[in-house]
Amino acid sequence: MFAKKGIQAAKARKTGTTIAGIVFKDGIILGADTRASEGTFIADKNCSKIHYISPNMYCCGAGTAADTEYVTRLISSKIELHSLTTERKPRVVAALTMLKQMLFRYQGYVGAYLVLGGVDSTGPHLYTVHARGSSDKLPYVTMGSGSLAAMAVFEDRYHVNMELDEAKQLVRDAIAAGIFNDLGSGSNVDLCVITKDGTDYIRPFDEANIKGVRQGKYRYKRGTTGLYT
Amino acid sequence: MAAELKKAIYPENATIGLPTQHRFDPYTLNGGTIVGVAGDNFAILAGDTRLSEGFMIHSRDTSKIYKLTEKTFLGTCGFQGDVLTLTRLLNARLTMYEFEHRKKMSSTAISQMLSTVLYYRRFFPYYTFNILAGIDTDGKGCIYSYDAVGNYEKHTYHASGTASSMLQPLLDNQVGYLNQEGVRRVPLTIDKARTLIKDVFISATERDMYTGDSLHIVTITSDGVTEDHFPLRRD
Repeated sequence: MFAKKGIQAAKARKTGTTIAGIVFKDGIILGADTRASEGTFIADKNCSKIHYISPNMYCCGAGTAADTEYVTRLISSKIELHSLTTERKPRVVAALTMLKQMLFRYQGYVGAYLVLGGVDSTGPHLYTVHARGSSDKLPYVTMGSGSLAAMAVFEDRYHVNMELDEAKQLVRDAIAAGIFNDLGSGSNVDLCVITKDGTDYIRPFDEANIKGVRQGKYRYKRGTTGLYT
Repeated sequence: MAAELKKAIYPENATIGLPTQHRFDPYTLNGGTIVGVAGDNFAILAGDTRLSEGFMIHSRDTSKIYKLTEKTFLGTCGFQGDVLTLTRLLNARLTMYEFEHRKKMSSTAISQMLSTVLYYRRFFPYYTFNILAGIDTDGKGCIYSYDAVGNYEKHTYHASGTASSMLQPLLDNQVGYLNQEGVRRVPLTIDKARTLIKDVFISATERDMYTGDSLHIVTITSDGVTEDHFPLRRD
């Protein structure tokens, strides 16, 4: 409607992303890259894509940056209130249901593509949620523009009951595959390890490639900037 | 149902039931950045070696710098299909010139020819953005930059390609000494220019998706040509 009148609708920042998660022996590991892009321009070289839901639940977000940020924050609040009224530790299914019902209500216009993981009284759980409201419960998942690169690594090397170090290395390698082979993903690898004993948010877990070192000197003498007096 | 009636019912997205328009779309943008800097007795041409399409990297080792003659090089980016066709056409024209005139074409003559070749395709252009670098007949370094349809200009420094809008202001400042008060304009040396080019590409790689992997630098002097490779970020 506005486009007809020559008014451009505000474009939301949709960022290319690689996010992933796996179930291992002791719980869940979530992983994400740290690049935020605006078209072909890299807007943020070290942004955080693993969002807090509750002490035992975290959620990786791909898609529209604002939507992933706000949808996770809203559900985080709702989960906090829910566990306060029920006087129980929150369950991952509760967060999943809240997320997918909200996303379905907005018919995909809230562009959040999520990987939700956590450990509750019933054990470890890992889900993907699409913007339209559908969800999957799987032992290893990937999302975002780098999802194919990351999934290739998982399909090659994932197995049940992985040890912590092996599992961390696998998620790192999956995210790194996205970082190097998908232009929408880049910079560092963030990890979040959730077990029944607690959560370990590692940021950055790995700097996948080192920044170039400038060789010249670029200092200006005092008074180089012209001033209007 | 008449099209007008449909438009009245669906005023916004009035594509339902209406004919779909198909378009011939022969171009893709393969990304990449090139920079040329000319000094008193040298010219440097540099470009990254990434070849990409959309979110995919096709190649991490495809140079954008092409040798035309012993002292004239062409840096070109845009649509790789046209890049290949254009460079092949130019090489054919250069060979024909050499056979007819029994000498190599000069950098200035090539610069004019490239413009003509590009404008010949005014309404179905080669989707390429070119920088020509060479040594002119006086032994001085020269840089020419082109748009896709042959508009060209002689420069002392220029950037083209996906990160050109990030590099050009930096070159304006560091090579052109623009926007500075009371600055001493020191003539550019080969070493300073080469260092600067490496540094601007390090910076461009930080912020442009389509620039990266490695840098191919060609330094042209009247004594000869040297080539360098410099690694860049690969993410």
